[in-house]
Amino acid sequence: MNDTTKGRVSRRRLLNWAAALGALMTLPARAWATVSRPETAFDATALDQALMALGQTPTRHEGVIFTTPDIAENGAVVPIRVEVDQTVLPNVSKVSVLVEMNPNPLAAVFDIAPGTEVYIETRVKVAQTGNLYAVVESDGQLFMASRETKVTLGGCGG
Amino acid sequence: MLALAAASGLPLPSIARTSEAPSDPYSVPTVGNVHLMHITDVHAQLLPVHYREPAVNIGVHGARNRPPHLVGEALLKHFTIAPGSRTAHALSHLDYVAAAAQYGRVGGFSHIATLIKRLRADRPGALLLDGGDLWQGSATALWTKGQDMVDASQLLGVDIMTGHWEFTLGAERVMDILDNELKGQVEFIAHNVKDMDFGDAVFASHTLREMNGVPVAIIGQAFPYTPIANPAHFTPGWTFGIQERELQEKVNEVKAAGAQVVVLLSHNGADTDIKLASRLSGIDAILGGHTHDAIPRALEIANPGGVTLVTNAGSNGKFIGVLDFAVRGGRIRDWSYELLPVFAELLPPDPDMEALIAGIRAPFLTRLNEPLAQTDALLYRRGNFSGSMDQLICDALMEEMDAPIALSPGFRWGTTLLPGEIVTMEHLMSQVAITYPEVTLTEMTGARLKQVLEDVADNLFHPDPYYQQGGDMVRAGGLQYAIAPLASVGSRITDLSLNGEPIEADKTYKVAGWASIQKTQGEAIWDVVSRWLRREGQIGALTPNVPAVTGLANNLGLDEGC
Repeated sequence: MNDTTKGRVSRRRLLNWAAALGALMTLPARAWATVSRPETAFDATALDQALMALGQTPTRHEGVIFTTPDIAENGAVVPIRVEVDQTVLPNVSKVSVLVEMNPNPLAAVFDIAPGTEVYIETRVKVAQTGNLYAVVESDGQLFMASRETKVTLGGCGG
Repeated sequence: MLALAAASGLPLPSIARTSEAPSDPYSVPTVGNVHLMHITDVHAQLLPVHYREPAVNIGVHGARNRPPHLVGEALLKHFTIAPGSRTAHALSHLDYVAAAAQYGRVGGFSHIATLIKRLRADRPGALLLDGGDLWQGSATALWTKGQDMVDASQLLGVDIMTGHWEFTLGAERVMDILDNELKGQVEFIAHNVKDMDFGDAVFASHTLREMNGVPVAIIGQAFPYTPIANPAHFTPGWTFGIQERELQEKVNEVKAAGAQVVVLLSHNGADTDIKLASRLSGIDAILGGHTHDAIPRALEIANPGGVTLVTNAGSNGKFIGVLDFAVRGGRIRDWSYELLPVFAELLPPDPDMEALIAGIRAPFLTRLNEPLAQTDALLYRRGNFSGSMDQLICDALMEEMDAPIALSPGFRWGTTLLPGEIVTMEHLMSQVAITYPEVTLTEMTGARLKQVLEDVADNLFHPDPYYQQGGDMVRAGGLQYAIAPLASVGSRITDLSLNGEPIEADKTYKVAGWASIQKTQGEAIWDVVSRWLRREGQIGALTPNVPAVTGLANNLGLDEGC
C-alpha cells in the first residue's frame, strides 16, 4: 500500500508542476484577451436564468456526451465528463456545466480553441439531488445533455 | 420469451425441467463444455442455517410483478413449483416454521463442499465463482478479520470472486489478503473500482480462461455503491459506480481478444443487472448477487446484441447456481441453468472442510456458544420494511439507550431462528457483525427524521434501478409512518407519529441507532443487544413495526397476510 501511495503522490506532484508550467509558459497572450467571464450567467440563482444568460435555450442533442455518476459518492466533489461528437457538432467554441439545484447553477464555462478535441473532466459541487447539464456551443448554436445525479445520506446498503 | 431467445441468437435451454426434483435432487445433467458454479452473498455462514425468504419484496414500475419481485404463492405459481415441496420451502416464506422443521437447515461450507465436488466430477474444468459478501457476516469472520472465510474459500476451491462487504475490512486488509494469501489461487476482479485521482484500475477487471478449448472471459463488477452504502473511509481514494460505458468497452475488448463466452460476475443487485443486460451487447450471462434474490430460473433479457441471461443465487450459502454452455465453432449452441438449494441433511459433510471449520471455531467456542435468551418467536430479518429480529434490535436499543425512537439498518443478511431456539452470542453476531458497530444517540428534528426515511425509501423504490442501492428500508422502532412506494422522492413518507402523537417538524426527538457511515464513538451494538437479551431471558411474541403501505394495487411482491 505504501508504495502505491508514494507513487500517487509523486505523480500528482509531477502533474502540478506540469500544470504550473503550462499556465506560465504555453498559454499565448492572445488567448487571455479572448477569454471573458460571463458574470451574469455565473451570478444567476436559478437554472433558467443561467441558461438565458448564456444566450438562448439549448436544444437537446445526442452529440453532447455527458457522463456523471448516478449516485454521488461525495456531493462536494462529483466527477463529470463532457465529450462532443464533433462529426455532428463541429466548431465547438464553449462548453458550460450547470447544476440545477445549486445556489448558483452555472458551475463552469470552458472556452475551446479552434481545432481542439473536446474532452473535459472536472469535479463539481452538487448541493442536492437534481439534474446536471452540459451545454455546448457549436457553430453559434447551443446544444445540451442532462443527467440526474442523486445526493444521498447513504448507509443501510445490502 | 423462448421465441425471443431463438430469434435473437441465444439458443433455447437444453432441458425443459420441471421444478420438482427427481429422486436425487443433486443429479444435474451436464450440458456442453463450459461450466460455471456460482455462490454469492454467503455472509460468512460456515455452518448450516435457517434463512427465511421475504414476504415483502415490492417491485415498482418496470420491476412490478416480475422476478425477483414475486413472493410466496405468486412466486411458486410463476415458476410452477409445488406448494409444500422442498423447493417451495427453499424459495419462499410460506408455512416457514413447520417447513423449516421438516426440511432442516440449509447451506454450510462442509455441505457446499460435498456438492461442489459432485458437480465438478461431471464438469471437467468447471470454475467456481463467488459474487462477493463472502468475508463478512459472522462472529468468526469479524474476529479473524475475514481470515476464516479466506481459508474456507481456498479449501472450497473458489477460483474467481468480486466484492462488496469485503471492503469494510478496509483497503489495506483487502490488499493484504489478495496479495499475500490468495495470489495465484483466487482471482479478485472488479472493472468498476478505480483510483479517484487518475482512474487507474485498483483490481484486475477480468480474467480470460480457456475451458475445454473454449476461451471464456469473466468480468468482475463490484457493488457500485460501496462508499455510499458503507463508510467511505474504509476505501480511501477509490471510486466505484456502475460504469456502464466502460463495461461495454471491456466486453468488446475481451471479445476482440477471442472470448467465445462472456460472463459478468456481478454484485449490482437483480434489478440493476436486468437493466444493464437490456442495454449492453455481447454479455452471455450475468451471474448476480447483492439483493439476495433466489431466482430459480435464468431470466432471458433482450438487448441490441441478442439475449443476456441474468441470474441471482440467493444468500447465506443456501444455493449454488450451475450454468452450463455448449460452445462449438465459436458459438453458444445450448445452455442450461439450475439453482440448487443446499439442504444440509441431503449432503453428507465433507470431512476436510468440517475439520477446517472446527479448527476455526475452536478458539472462540465459549464466546460463540454463550446463551443469551430463549425465543418464543420466529426471528427473521429479510423483508422490505422490517423483521422480527430487527424489532428485537430496535426494542433493545430503545430500552438500553432510553430513547423513544430507534433506527436500525435494512441489511438483507442475518439468519433466522425458529421458535424455541436458544439465542447465542453467535446468532446475535450473525445479525450485527460489522466493522462499524458503534451505537449512537442523536437528537433529530421531525423534519430530519422524515428526510432520513425519504432518502432510504428512494434508495429502495426509485423508478430507475441504477439509482437504487439494494438494501431494505431502515427499520424504525417506536416511530409509525405510512409509505407510498410509487410516489416521488420527498413525498413517499406521510403520517409520522410517535405513541399516537403526530411527529412535529421542528420538535427534537432522541433517536438511538447504529452502523453510522460517519466515524463515530459508542458502545458496540452486540454489547447493547446482548445485555438486553440476558436481562430479558425469554423473548415473547414480537410484532415487527411496519409502515402502512399505500398506493399499491395487486402487487405480487407483498404478501398481505404476513
